[in-house]
Amino acid sequence: MAMAALRREGRRFVPLVSSPNPVNAIRSTLAPTEEQVGLGVRSISTQIVRNRMKSVRNIQKITKAMKMVAASKLRAIQVRAENSRGLWQPFTALLGDTPSVSVKKNVIVTISSDKGLCGGINSTSVKISRALYRLNAGPDTETKYVILGEKAKAQLIRDSKKDISLTMTELQKNFLNYTQVSVIADDILKNVEFDALRIVFNKFQSVVSFLPTTATVLSPEIVERESEAGGKIGSLDSYEIEGGETKSEVLQNLAEFQFSCVMFNAVLENACSEQGARMSAMDSSSRNAGDMLDRLTLTYNRTRQASITTELIEIISGASALTG
Amino acid sequence: MFRQVASRILTRPTTTYSAAAAIRRPFSTEVADTTSGDEAFVEAWKKVVPNIDPPKTPSQFMHPRPPTPSTLPTKLTVNFVLPYASELSQKEVDMVIVPATTGQMGILPGHVPTIAELKPGLLSVHEGNDIKKYFISSGFAFIHPNSYADILAVEAVPLDRVDPAQVQKGLNEFTQKLSSATTDSEKAEAQIGVDVHSALNFALTG
Repeated sequence: MAMAALRREGRRFVPLVSSPNPVNAIRSTLAPTEEQVGLGVRSISTQIVRNRMKSVRNIQKITKAMKMVAASKLRAIQVRAENSRGLWQPFTALLGDTPSVSVKKNVIVTISSDKGLCGGINSTSVKISRALYRLNAGPDTETKYVILGEKAKAQLIRDSKKDISLTMTELQKNFLNYTQVSVIADDILKNVEFDALRIVFNKFQSVVSFLPTTATVLSPEIVERESEAGGKIGSLDSYEIEGGETKSEVLQNLAEFQFSCVMFNAVLENACSEQGARMSAMDSSSRNAGDMLDRLTLTYNRTRQASITTELIEIISGASALTG
Repeated sequence: MFRQVASRILTRPTTTYSAAAAIRRPFSTEVADTTSGDEAFVEAWKKVVPNIDPPKTPSQFMHPRPPTPSTLPTKLTVNFVLPYASELSQKEVDMVIVPATTGQMGILPGHVPTIAELKPGLLSVHEGNDIKKYFISSGFAFIHPNSYADILAVEAVPLDRVDPAQVQKGLNEFTQKLSSATTDSEKAEAQIGVDVHSALNFALTG
């Protein structure tokens, strides 16, 4: 009991002992209470930085969550995209690859995503589509757009509204399967007149890279014309055709089936690229948010320390001024 | 630099070129960048839009197919693809029988190049004594001059996974629907059902 009391007393006396001017030391501890009115004005407020830090932290949480979601979606869709890669190869082997064919009615089928925050994949497909439009422009040719997905629609509607003949959105609301895609393909075939369909999509290569690609599907008349004229698909003439009454009927079926198959692969590849691009975009934005948070924390601590230092300087200089 | 060193270490002086090529091959990926695709297209593209790289075209992603051999190959190379899977990929077999709309068609190596439409029916793949049977819905078959056969189907199931009782039940159901159908579209739907089920039934029993 007595010891504790002594210790308390001792503590009270420590400042007196340690400080060279015991009386002033006591006074200076009292001084801030008198000056508190003006304190907020002189010291720097950390409230703004703290709010900023909080919001950056929240953004980082969101982007991290979006990255996780994209990663899990990517894994599911990547397997299906890779499995569907066999589907278009027989057509390319049979009908060849004819991006340079010149025909009257070109239709550019731009495949994009419905949602943003996925890097540059949509603007890439739009850029490629515009370039294809310019490439096929001519006095007696006519080029139209068919747009799949909200984002390409928003970009293309600005300058080529009159050339858009069909738009479809909310492709990925339901599970993408062959039936759904063939219904879409059927819709396009019914509503749009074409000699050549040029499908623009992003082929998935890896999580961080995608390749803008254009696949060409020719109408049965053009296939016949080209195969008679020789050239790239000249070998088609040597094939015997089984089934159907006439050759053109089979070619019609073939072209429609080709379009649905190529579309199916294109839609899956594009969806896969979208998730991959979103994943890497969200990854880099969470990293950026982390960097920003580090910088803000540094600023915050520096400001806090500066205000403490200022206060100390005030106290000490005030004390020394009194003794001075 | 490392590659040069590696090839110098790994190759014998006599077989420098071929060995280096053999070593390098495993590193090449699926995408063969050596083929620049359609040259006319790339030329035209560079003239109109010089600041964007030309897009890729499907032929750049394809495995190259061999040219037509001068002698008859002993095996048929089959690709059998579905939208959700590649059932057979570059598989060498003796014969396939496909259900063309004109009737069952057997394909052997050296078959005449053909494009055939397929109807619902039995696809059998013969490989030695081993016969694998699938029931396919519809599609196309391409037979190329280089003894490659591509079979595309929308849906296919191995025949041993089909339940005969369900097939019989479905057949009865659709026959009944066909007789009671009033509109044209109903009739067509029922007819398709009857056709598919009877083909399935035939494949199971026959």
